Amino acid sequence: MTALLVPLVTGDAVAFWICGPLMVAAALAMVLFRKAVYSALALAGVMVNLAIIYASQDAPFLFVVQIIVYTGAVMMLFLFVVMLVGVDSKDSMVERIQGHTVASVLAAVGAFILLAAYVGNSLVSKTTGVGEANAQYGGNVQGLAALLFGKYVLAFEATSALLITAAVGAMVLAYAERLTPRLNQRARAKARIAEYAANGVHPGPRPSSGVYARHNAITSPALLPDGTVSQDSVSSVLITRIGLPDVDALAAPTKKAFAAMEAAQGADEEDV
Amino acid sequence: MNPNYYVVLAAILFTIGIVGFLVRRNALVLFMSVELMLNACNLLLVSFSRVHGNLDGQAASFFVMVVAAAEVVVGLSIIVMIYRARHSANVDNENLLRY
Amino acid sequence: MTLLEGLTPVAATGLFPLAWLMIAIPLVVAGLLLLLGRVTDGFGHYVATLAPIASFVVAVALFAGLLGRPEAQRAVTVPMYTWIKTGSWTVEANLLIDPLSIVFALLVTGVGGLIHVYSIGYMAHDPGRRRFFAYLNLFIAAMLTLVLSDNYLVLFVGWEGVGLASYLLISFWQHKPTAATAGKKAFVVNRVGDLGMTMAIFTMLAMFGSSSFEAVNAGASKMSPFWVTLLGLLLLVGACGKSAQVPLQSWLLDAMEGPTPVSALIHAATMVTAGVYLVVRSHAVYAETSVAALAVAIVGTVTLLAGAWIGTSKDDIKKVLAGSTMSQIGYMMLAAGIGPTAYAFAIFHLLTHGFFKANMFLGAGSVMHGMADDVNMRHYGGLAKSMQITYWTFLMGYLAIIGTPFFSGFYSKDSIIEAAWEKQPVLGALALIAAGVTAFYMTRLMFMTFWSRKRWQEGVHPHESPAVMWVPLVLLAIPSVIAGMVMNSWIGGWLAPAVGGEVPVGVSWLPRVSVIGLVTLAVVIAGVLVAYLVFGRTSIPESVPYTRNVFTIMGRHDLYGDTFNEVVFMRPGEALTRGIVALDDGVVDGAVQGGASLALGLGGGLRRLQNGYVRSYGLTMVIGVIVVGLALVIGRLV
Repeated sequence: MTALLVPLVTGDAVAFWICGPLMVAAALAMVLFRKAVYSALALAGVMVNLAIIYASQDAPFLFVVQIIVYTGAVMMLFLFVVMLVGVDSKDSMVERIQGHTVASVLAAVGAFILLAAYVGNSLVSKTTGVGEANAQYGGNVQGLAALLFGKYVLAFEATSALLITAAVGAMVLAYAERLTPRLNQRARAKARIAEYAANGVHPGPRPSSGVYARHNAITSPALLPDGTVSQDSVSSVLITRIGLPDVDALAAPTKKAFAAMEAAQGADEEDV
Repeated sequence: MNPNYYVVLAAILFTIGIVGFLVRRNALVLFMSVELMLNACNLLLVSFSRVHGNLDGQAASFFVMVVAAAEVVVGLSIIVMIYRARHSANVDNENLLRY
Repeated sequence: MTLLEGLTPVAATGLFPLAWLMIAIPLVVAGLLLLLGRVTDGFGHYVATLAPIASFVVAVALFAGLLGRPEAQRAVTVPMYTWIKTGSWTVEANLLIDPLSIVFALLVTGVGGLIHVYSIGYMAHDPGRRRFFAYLNLFIAAMLTLVLSDNYLVLFVGWEGVGLASYLLISFWQHKPTAATAGKKAFVVNRVGDLGMTMAIFTMLAMFGSSSFEAVNAGASKMSPFWVTLLGLLLLVGACGKSAQVPLQSWLLDAMEGPTPVSALIHAATMVTAGVYLVVRSHAVYAETSVAALAVAIVGTVTLLAGAWIGTSKDDIKKVLAGSTMSQIGYMMLAAGIGPTAYAFAIFHLLTHGFFKANMFLGAGSVMHGMADDVNMRHYGGLAKSMQITYWTFLMGYLAIIGTPFFSGFYSKDSIIEAAWEKQPVLGALALIAAGVTAFYMTRLMFMTFWSRKRWQEGVHPHESPAVMWVPLVLLAIPSVIAGMVMNSWIGGWLAPAVGGEVPVGVSWLPRVSVIGLVTLAVVIAGVLVAYLVFGRTSIPESVPYTRNVFTIMGRHDLYGDTFNEVVFMRPGEALTRGIVALDDGVVDGAVQGGASLALGLGGGLRRLQNGYVRSYGLTMVIGVIVVGLALVIGRLV
C-alpha cells in the first residue's frame, strides 16, 4: 500500500536523483581542481556513483566490475602515476592559446545539445527492463557469461590479446635502461679513499648524533673535542627543515649540574 | 523511470569530459577526462541495454572497460616516459607537432 | 564429338569426401614446421616425411575407389566450400577426383614421399633442414591443390603455390648469390607465364561466368573461333612458363642451384609437368582450335630439340639432366598438341618420365654426395665400381630414357613419336632425331660419370650413399623399368573418359612392331654408337676443351636464351625506363614542383592554424564531430 502513496518513485529513480547530481558535481570538480590528485579523487567519486547507478539498473555484475576494476585498479594506477610524476605540480590558469577556453566550452555545449537532443530524441520505445533477460540464465552474471562466451567469444578472445599487448607495451615503454655501471662496495670504498687522498675528507662513517643528559634525538648535534658543533652528525635535511638546536641550551642543565657538584665539592674541601 | 534522464546525465558527463580534455594541460587530467567520457558511454550502454531488455549493452560496456584498462596502462606508461624525459606532464610543452 | 564430352562428375560418397586430407596433411605439417620453429628441429623432418606418405595412402584408397566404379562414374566432385560468390558468377572450391587427377596425385605423393625419405639422408647435415622439409611439404600441398581442383581459379592458387615453393627451394641456399639470383629468375620468368594464365582465366570468367572445368568444357564448342584460339594460346603461355618451354625456358637450367631433391621433385617429376596437365585438362578448348593445338605441338617440338641440344654440351651433371627434362617435357607438349589420340601418351610419358627422371636426379645427388658436392662430370669417371647401387639404379633410368625396348620410356616415347608421325611427318621426324640426340647425350653422361677412367680431384673419395638414400633409388628404379610394360595396355583406356580420348584397341604389354618403331630403335642405337665413338674410345679431358663447333658453343651457352632475353627484353626495358625517368624528371617533376611551391604558399598561410598544441587539435576534432552530427540530423530532417 505504501507504493500507492508514492506512486512514481522507484528504487532506480531514488538512486538516479541522489547519485546523478553527485556525479555531475564530482565531474565538474575533477575538471576544476588544479591539483591532479584531487582530480583523481573526484573521478573516483564519479565512478563509485556510476557503479551505484549500474546496480540500480539491474546490472550487478557491472556494478562489481566498476568498483573493482575501475575504481579499484584503474584509479589506483592513476593515483600511483600522479604520485610518481609530481604530486605538487599545479596547472597554471593562464591560457596560452588565444580564445581557447571560450571556444572549448562553446564546442562542448554544442556537443551536449547534439547528444542530448539527438540521442534522446531517438528513444521511442518504453523501458523493457532487463529482469527477464537476467532471469533467462538464472542471473545477471550467468546471462552476461552466456553472451561473452557465446555470441561475443571472438571479441572476448581478442580483448585478451589486447590486454597482453598492453602489458607488454607498458613494460617496454616504462623500462629505463641503466646508463651508468652499478656501484659496488669495492668501488665505493675506493672512491672514498681517493676523496680522502685528494681533499682530506674523512673516509670513515659520519659521527653519530650527540647524546646529552636530557636529549638524544637525532637533531642533537655531537660536539667535537674542542667543544664546537660537528655539522656532519646531523642530517642536512633536518638542518634545513628544523635548524640546529642551540647547543649551549642543550648542554646547559649538565653544565649547571656540574657547577653545582663542583660547588658542593669546594664547600666540602673548605670544611676539611 | 524515463530513460531520457539517463541519456541527459550521460551527455552532461560526456560534455564535462570534453571540456576537461580541451582546457586542462596536465596529461594525467586529460587522461582522466577521457576516462570520464568512456564512463558516460558505458552509462548510456547500460541504460539502453535496459531499454531493449537484453544484455548485449552490458556486454559491450564490459568490453569498453577492458579496452579502457588496456588504454590506461599504455597511456600512463607513455606519460611516465615523457615525464622522465622532460620532467613535466604538461601537454603544452609537447608542441613539436608544429614542426 | 561424343568422345570429347568427357565425364559428368558425380557426387562424392564413401571415402571420397576425405580427399581434402591429401592437401591438408602436408599443408598443416608445413605450417607447424615453419611456425613452431626450432622446437621441431630434431624430429620435424620425420613428420614431414610422413605427411606425403599419408597423402599417398589416401590417394591409393581413392584410386582403388575409382577402379571399383563403373567407367561412367569415374569422376567425383568433392564439394569444399564456396570461395567467391558475387553477382553473376560463383567460384566453388571443389576437388575433382577423376582418372587424370588421381594418377597425378599418386605420382606427386608417391615420388614425393620417396624424395622426402631420400632428403633425410641428403640434407642430414644442413642447418636449414627443418625449413627445407617445410617447403617440400608446402610444395606437395600446392601441387595437389593444382591437380585436384575442379576449376581453373583454384588450380591457379595451387599453380602460384608451387611457384612459391619452387622459388623458396631454388634459392634455399640464399647465402650463395647464384642461388638467390636463380630463384629470382625463376620467379620473374614464371610471372610472364602467369600473366597468360590469369588472362586465360579472366577470359573464361568473362565468357562463361565460371572457371570450372565442366563449364569451360561445355562452353568451348560455343565460342567464336577467335576467342577459343586466344584462350588456347593464353593457356599455352601459362603452360610454357611453368613447364620451361621455349621461349620461357631459361629459368630451368639455373633452377639447378637448388638442392638436388628439389630438382628431382619439382624441376623434373612434378611441377614442370603442370603445363602438360593444363593443356590436357583444357582438351575441350584445343579440340576447337587447330591453330592453338598446332602451336602447342610446335612449342613442344622446338623445346624438345633445344633441350636435347643443351644436354649434349653441358658438363654439369644436373644441367644435362635439366636439359633432358626440358626435352622430355617437349615430348609431352608435342603429344598434347597432337590431340585426342595422343593425350593419354602425354600423361603416360609424364608418369614414366616422373619415375626415371626422379630416379636419375636422385642418382646424380647421390653421386654429388660421394664426390664432395662437385657437379662437374669432367671430375667424375669410373664411378660404376665405387658406387654400385647408384650406378645400377641410374643405369635403369638411362635405359628407360633412351628407349630401350621393354623399359618404361620405350613405350611412352615411341607412342608419341608414332602419333606425331601420323599427325604431321615433319614433327614426327624432328621428334625422331631428338630421340637419337637423347641417346647421345645420355650415353655421354654415362661415359663421363660411370664408365671412363677416374679423373677425381685430390681429396675426393667416392663412397656409396647411406641406405636412407639408396632405398628410394631402388624403389624408383623398379617403376623406371616396369612402369611402361604395366601401364601400356591400361593407361589409354583409363584416361580416355577424362581427357576425351579414344579407347585404344589391341594394345598389350608387348611392344608393337612397326616401321617407325624400328626406325626409332635404329636412331637410338646410332646415337649410342656415336657417343661411344666420341667419349668411350678416347679419354675425356679434365678441363673444358676448346672447340670451334658452333653447335657445342651454342649449347654451352644455353642456346643464348639469356642473351636473347637480355637483348630483346632487358635492354629495351632499360631504355624505356630511362626514358620514363627523363620524362619524370622533366615534365612530371616540373608540374609537381610547381604544385609544391603553390602548396607551400598556401601551407604558409594555413600554418597558423597548426600551432602544435594537442588540445587545439582536440578542439578541431570536437568541432568536426559536431559538424558530422549536424549533417546527420539535417539529413534525417530533410
